[in-house]
Amino acid sequence: MNDMTPTREEREARLEGMGCKRKRVEDVRFTQGKGNYVDDVKLPGMLHGDFVRSPHAHARVKSINTEKALKVPGVLAVLTAETLKTVNLAWMPTLAGDVQMVLADGKVLFQNQEVAFVVATDRYAADDGINAVEVEYEALPPLIDPFKAMDADAPVLREDIKDKKDGAHGPRKHHNHIFEWTVGDKDLTDAAFNKADVKIKELISYQRVHPSPLETCQCVCSFDKITGELTIYGTFQAPHVIRTVVALIAKLPEQKIHVISPDIGGGFGNKVGAYPGYICAAVATIVTGKPVKWVEDRMENLTTTSFARDYHMTAEIAATKDGKVTGLRVHVLADHGAFDACADPSKWPAGFFNIVTGSYDFPVSHLAVDGVYTNKAPGGVAYRCSFRVTEAAYCIERAMDILAQKLGMDPAELRLKNFIRPEQFPYHSALGWEYDSGDYHTAMKKAMETTRYSELRQEQAAKRAAFKRGETREIMGIGVSFFTEIVGAGPSKNCDILGIAMFDSCEIRMHPTGAGVARMGSKSQGQGHETTWAQIIATEIGIPADNIKVEEGNTDTAPYGLGTYGSRSTPVAGAAIAMAARKIRAKAQMIAAYKLEVHEDDLEWDIDGFRVKGLPEKFLGMKDICWIAYNTPPPGMEPGLEAVSYYDPPNMTYPFGAYICVMDIDVDTGVYKVRRFYALDDCGTRINPMIIEGQVHGGLTEAFAIAMGQEIHYDKEGNVLGGSFMDFFLPTAYETPHWETDFTVTPSPHHPIGAKGVGESPNVGGVPAFSNAVNDAFSFLGATHIQMPHDHWRNWKAARDLGVIKGAGAAA
Amino acid sequence: MIPGQFSYHRPASLAEAVNLLATLEDARPLAGGHSLIPMMKLRLATPENLIDLHGIDALKGVRRDGGNIIIGAMTTQHELLASDIIATALPVLQETSLVIADPQVRYMGTVGGNVANGDPGNDMPALMMTLGAIYNVEGKGGARSIAATDFYQGAYFTALEPGEILTSISIAAPPAGHGYAYEKLKRKIGDYATAAAAVVLTMSGGKVATCRIGLTNLSETALLAVAAAQAVIGTSLDDAALKAAAAAAEAIMSPAGDGRGPPEYRRYVGGVMVTRALQRAAQRAK
Repeated sequence: MNDMTPTREEREARLEGMGCKRKRVEDVRFTQGKGNYVDDVKLPGMLHGDFVRSPHAHARVKSINTEKALKVPGVLAVLTAETLKTVNLAWMPTLAGDVQMVLADGKVLFQNQEVAFVVATDRYAADDGINAVEVEYEALPPLIDPFKAMDADAPVLREDIKDKKDGAHGPRKHHNHIFEWTVGDKDLTDAAFNKADVKIKELISYQRVHPSPLETCQCVCSFDKITGELTIYGTFQAPHVIRTVVALIAKLPEQKIHVISPDIGGGFGNKVGAYPGYICAAVATIVTGKPVKWVEDRMENLTTTSFARDYHMTAEIAATKDGKVTGLRVHVLADHGAFDACADPSKWPAGFFNIVTGSYDFPVSHLAVDGVYTNKAPGGVAYRCSFRVTEAAYCIERAMDILAQKLGMDPAELRLKNFIRPEQFPYHSALGWEYDSGDYHTAMKKAMETTRYSELRQEQAAKRAAFKRGETREIMGIGVSFFTEIVGAGPSKNCDILGIAMFDSCEIRMHPTGAGVARMGSKSQGQGHETTWAQIIATEIGIPADNIKVEEGNTDTAPYGLGTYGSRSTPVAGAAIAMAARKIRAKAQMIAAYKLEVHEDDLEWDIDGFRVKGLPEKFLGMKDICWIAYNTPPPGMEPGLEAVSYYDPPNMTYPFGAYICVMDIDVDTGVYKVRRFYALDDCGTRINPMIIEGQVHGGLTEAFAIAMGQEIHYDKEGNVLGGSFMDFFLPTAYETPHWETDFTVTPSPHHPIGAKGVGESPNVGGVPAFSNAVNDAFSFLGATHIQMPHDHWRNWKAARDLGVIKGAGAAA
Repeated sequence: MIPGQFSYHRPASLAEAVNLLATLEDARPLAGGHSLIPMMKLRLATPENLIDLHGIDALKGVRRDGGNIIIGAMTTQHELLASDIIATALPVLQETSLVIADPQVRYMGTVGGNVANGDPGNDMPALMMTLGAIYNVEGKGGARSIAATDFYQGAYFTALEPGEILTSISIAAPPAGHGYAYEKLKRKIGDYATAAAAVVLTMSGGKVATCRIGLTNLSETALLAVAAAQAVIGTSLDDAALKAAAAAAEAIMSPAGDGRGPPEYRRYVGGVMVTRALQRAAQRAK
């Protein structure tokens, strides 16, 4: 070898494969303002649609008069439910097996509900038209409190199904009841509670919040009357599902529907579902023959399309007096709003909430979830979490702290005592899941050592004593959270969306010069797929990541996939990528064997090509193999080098992590300061550590926002409050704490590259860490559980309720 | 979030602006626009004519006039922060300006817009009352001056007559060595105050010699807390005096409940802001 021969390290580095902190290739356009979003799509003759919305939470629609609106200059059409009925689209199916009004049909069921769709030559004219539509309402009593939804005298919300005894998920108990979902063994759980030394029970509410991506939901629909083809540009996290759903409900042939998701400015679950805006824009383009754009504004986004959470969870734990858990019982009252439009796999009305046993070895458990209707916006999406997993993690992590408090045990010690042990994996949980791998003790101990946990507790004890002596008005909280996620939906045996199995896919097409293009059924909304997918391929087939172009989001070119949400892209699409790449490598190996004149089994893979075992100088690189594959393949072999893989995962993956939050709270104002936040994540094999760190930073920031302030709140009349960024807490860089990140690596045994997914872990684990810190801060004053969000005034209220606020105002 | 139609005018002189306001139907002056334009996008305000004041040089800038500081109404918050005159004579104005919104808004938002809109959430009105500022206004009937303490009549209701424009603010510079503080509690950058208090005082021999206290967003208008200030004059700001001041301030507050908290919370933290502003101002006084 001469000096010019690259070393193994240089060859590895040139690939920028898995494990490399490769810079995000998509940032070249994003940082220059050159992204291409839906609102950048401008088609010739394009019209604009916008909604007349209901000011009432619950009212009968007596009449809609569109005469004056149609006289407004620029207004071309006004769609109402009556118009939509002519094409059988006044209602649409939801992902959860319910139906939802596209436009108000006889009544409105939540404030800001879509009542009419005005189509005009520009957005100004459309808004003028909206103001000219005359709607006569007869107000009805609103139902806002989910705990009153099933009262005998509760108003009937859904007249369309008021006599239906069965819903999509079994029997209904009341006219406002949607479903009851039960999991686990009730008798064994009851028995465990009957003989428990110690029991805790607490109502733990997770407030209604909203994913609030910076780009709102929007689409451009364009129908070609000559060819009968419908093209939809939209902010879709799952473009193929949209294509199939449109084919099914609009009765259009699927090959004539083209769905394109261009760059997406954040999704966080908000862009999984189907919304009235999409249907109305599609109908409007078919009616007018012109492209129609619909773009939500911020208030519409926050108040109508897809809230998240709104789970009221009554958690009970049974334990021995020395702190070994023996049973878990949870009841959830789930507020779904006016329609059940949850974006869960269809057979899972409460998503994967049955991960609620968390990281602990509960011998028995029972779970029941009741879904109810209220006069609020529909939704229930997975806001940066796998379906209802963040609710479950919050529930169990809060409950474990409450148990620790009752036992007088340290919360970290209680967790260590009850963790599933490494040798128990694969672990079968009491509520039916098979956890793939984990080493919880190592992660927890590393977190405790790094943060010097015992010293923090000593400092806290000293501060508490000083507070009691009246020397300070500041209290200190230490929040411990240990979460287990369940991501990668999912195995077709238990996951589908409206019958569409939740596989994912990848097609790789290599070009003769050693470059290639890879297309997936996933769809990045900021996750950096263009960067990381190429890294997987680079490692698998030895072609530099820079030579692989990644494309997503065009249903005409990408293979069918179920999209990106629920941290499913790496577990499912990531596996498909590895499998497709391995098909490429298998063909490349046949070519190399022929060219090197040896049997295939005599070759070994070496970074970027094949080498004859024992003869290191006999080597054929992948770049050369690409050329040979097209131009001089072995006799009898088809030319070309491409592969497609559809991956149906055998199991979910189970990322986990240990988070510790240290917070100081000024009791006189409720102002908090996050002094320290340490996040250890184990997401299995790490593809791009820089992107993982970015994902963790983003997820923690959203968790911080949720725990410390976010809330979509309704008053008694059903007026939605918090519908703007003035009130809905979106922290700026100024409010956001500093994040310390760390990791352990426990690969998934069933995933081709051992990766588990990470995007949502920090939200799932972060919310309980913040909330536990606040609750821990107040616990020495006698608090057991303080509901989120922990904003200033609620912290102050907690202090006042605990008797440590005295003064003129406090007595009021 | 789409405004209705309106006509836009950009006069080059104050006389022209006054004339346009007097003659055009349903006309409103436009300063920084950070209150009016969002209202127009929500169609809560639907003026037919917008009179943009940005073209009028006479409305801009900061100058000294004897013992007074004169601030043109169209001076932006950013310009206040960059002004050496303000830094020297009225540092409390800069402290307050810095907690208004964010840098982008401060590049556009004007001091005149902040005080003239009558929004109880704005930070400058309480400070202007505390400083004893005089507002100079001009309309078709001529020019006149209004004390800041007489200006605010209710939420969005002020002593400005229809067609009148605020042209400048005149503030007597506080004595050298005065202490000052603006304590603002807010949920995040860009938010209006949950509660805020302005304090300007002088100390003499370890005791408070003079003191004025203003309150932001704790009533329908900004408030001057006269009794609270009286409660600390002549004291060394001991615990009892601070408590008396907070109680006297709380007594005149009538905050609304909103996303920032219920009235009892906002009143209590209003008292806390007064206490902390007094302490910080006293520490600064020489």
